[in-house]
Amino acid sequence: MLKPRSVLIFIILLIIGAALVDLSGYLWPATVDLTRFKIPLRRDLSLHYGLDLQGGLQVSLEADMSGIPEKEKDRALESARAVVERRVDFLGVAEPTIQASRSGNSYRVIVELPGVEDPEQALLLIGQTAQLDFREATGEGENQQFVRTGLTGKDLARSQVDFEQTTSAPQIALQFTSGGAKKFEEITGRNVGKSLAIYLDEVILTAPTVKGKISGGNAVITGQFTLSEAKRLVAQLNAGALPTPIHVLERRQVGATLGAEALKRSVVAGLVGLALVVFFMIGNYGRLGILATMALIIYGIITLAIYKLLPVTLTLSGVAGFLLSVGMAVDANILIFERIKEERHWGKELHEAMELGFGRAWDSIRDANLATLTTVFILFNPFGWSFLVTSGMVRGFALTLGLGVLISLFTGVVVTRTLVRVFYR
Amino acid sequence: MRRKKIYFLLSALVLVPGIFSLVLFWLKPSIDFTGGTLWEVRFAESVVSSQEPVVEIIREIFTGQGLEIASIQASGEKQFIIRTVPLTTEQHKSLVATLKEKLGDFEEVRFETLGPKLGRELLFKAFFAVTLAALAILTYVAYRFKNLMYGVAAILAMFHDTFVLLGIFSLLGRFFGVEVDTLFVTAALSTLSFSVHDTIVVFDRIREILRRNPSLELDVAINQAVGETLVRSINNSLTIVFMLLALFLLGGESLHWFVFALLVGTISGTYSSTFTAAPLLVIWRNFSRQGGLKKIFQHH
Repeated sequence: MLKPRSVLIFIILLIIGAALVDLSGYLWPATVDLTRFKIPLRRDLSLHYGLDLQGGLQVSLEADMSGIPEKEKDRALESARAVVERRVDFLGVAEPTIQASRSGNSYRVIVELPGVEDPEQALLLIGQTAQLDFREATGEGENQQFVRTGLTGKDLARSQVDFEQTTSAPQIALQFTSGGAKKFEEITGRNVGKSLAIYLDEVILTAPTVKGKISGGNAVITGQFTLSEAKRLVAQLNAGALPTPIHVLERRQVGATLGAEALKRSVVAGLVGLALVVFFMIGNYGRLGILATMALIIYGIITLAIYKLLPVTLTLSGVAGFLLSVGMAVDANILIFERIKEERHWGKELHEAMELGFGRAWDSIRDANLATLTTVFILFNPFGWSFLVTSGMVRGFALTLGLGVLISLFTGVVVTRTLVRVFYR
Repeated sequence: MRRKKIYFLLSALVLVPGIFSLVLFWLKPSIDFTGGTLWEVRFAESVVSSQEPVVEIIREIFTGQGLEIASIQASGEKQFIIRTVPLTTEQHKSLVATLKEKLGDFEEVRFETLGPKLGRELLFKAFFAVTLAALAILTYVAYRFKNLMYGVAAILAMFHDTFVLLGIFSLLGRFFGVEVDTLFVTAALSTLSFSVHDTIVVFDRIREILRRNPSLELDVAINQAVGETLVRSINNSLTIVFMLLALFLLGGESLHWFVFALLVGTISGTYSSTFTAAPLLVIWRNFSRQGGLKKIFQHH
């Protein structure tokens, strides 16, 4: 058994660490850079707000896979995602998320654009079907231009990452349809030594130099690609080869003011609720209540730090989950304190009653919290099972509630017990 | 447990109208489940003095484009919530233009649109999640108590809470137009866990008392356990109720009914642990003393 004093020192160190994380972004810059001290760590420790709190646009786009063969569908979805990602990059939105997801026979790309200025424009840009085409260079030097060759994404059968045999450097293999192969042979034949550019959505993707006439419909693009660059390029090329029209399935858009208002009101509500809980605990349990309040404050400090470290993207429902978990955090304390009162009532010494209280309350605390954690697990759906809800709102709530339960088990039992052992004599 | 009839009557007072309403009116689903558009707009200045004409103008603009408005309500002085069919990007764009032209500049506070297909899918997922959660909790209760009597009582208490919640929201939907959405499902699932949460504490205590004093009558043990856990049960719920009440009264509009659902779940969960689950144990015991099912069958 550890001595209460050494546990206390551990807790104090933990609080200091957590407080340092909490305050970064307010008292000093949020970016932590330990590379100066030769520790490979660079992190942004600011609090992340979800779309409903800072305003923005969320769309679920469904890719129409009717023209795609069954076994190419996953590849086509990845391509659709890569194309959307590229378009989002042009918008210059900070911290966008673009996810591919599949639900039964429905293939989707879910896009979240926090703080986007013109959602209408963004949606028009994102929602287009990918257009891929090959263009040849004309003119010299300054006047060089790329003109269409008539070879398009339709002529491309597929593209995949390949490895050069001698150096095993990643390269990109292109395979054309039979019609495409003929066009490609012709085009490469007249462009030896020149650039052949590949355009996606009217923007250049890559412009490799033609080394010689290529017949047979198989070509490779070599270059200084990293594996991830090669993969991305392949996905973008496949978007041309496997074009999937996309349409909006769901769209949620929140104005910046609504989110800011909601956040402000939740904070006020949270403080009022907290004050009530604190009054109640102190009124009911006296000095023990003060210790429980201290544990609750420690709970707050640690929780905020974990939100920043993971990081947890805070949504409005997440705030509700957090506030609910504050109410539940004192649960363990109440179980323990009531038990102590009882043990005292049955004539135990104060000291003995306290130790018994902590020990005997544990079974109930564990069981009760396990039930909550089970529900949280189903709501959070950590493995992204498609038969369960994947809604951001639901997951936001589940995550903060689940974290709340876990952290409150620590603060409600370990921290409170240590505080009681050290300060309550 | 002499007053168990009163406890059950109190439950019935809430449950019976709720279940009636559920059977007659079911619940009012939000666009999350049916598909549709929810659009909240806030106009820059009061172009029109009273709200009535504005509502009419908005209606006309929609019908002018061949779209029907399901409902439109004022959510502030210059702010309106419009519910209608799923809008395409083009329809939305042209509506924005016409609205600006006729009524002046406005801010889009919220715009949510959802196809009916996604709604059905969500409904299915929600149903699946609830079933899975109920099964998981059932398994846990069975494992924890290894005793049919406790397990069945805990589950009946869980049903009690679920139907209290569903019933109240069915009534709210019928009379105040309150809709159930994805977050409501979340609240319902949380209610399941709150419900067993408190029940486990009470049952743990009953078993502890019986372990210490095996010759004790079940009635007496239950009375003692309820007496010993009631204060902590109420105290514990109170802290949660404080937080939720503050959020319900002061928090934002969009979480209003979600928080209310959690509030109902918490209160019902606390009530049912002491006043539904525990008396059910007594009934079960009396029933099996009288010969239970066997006796009923022998009559025939």
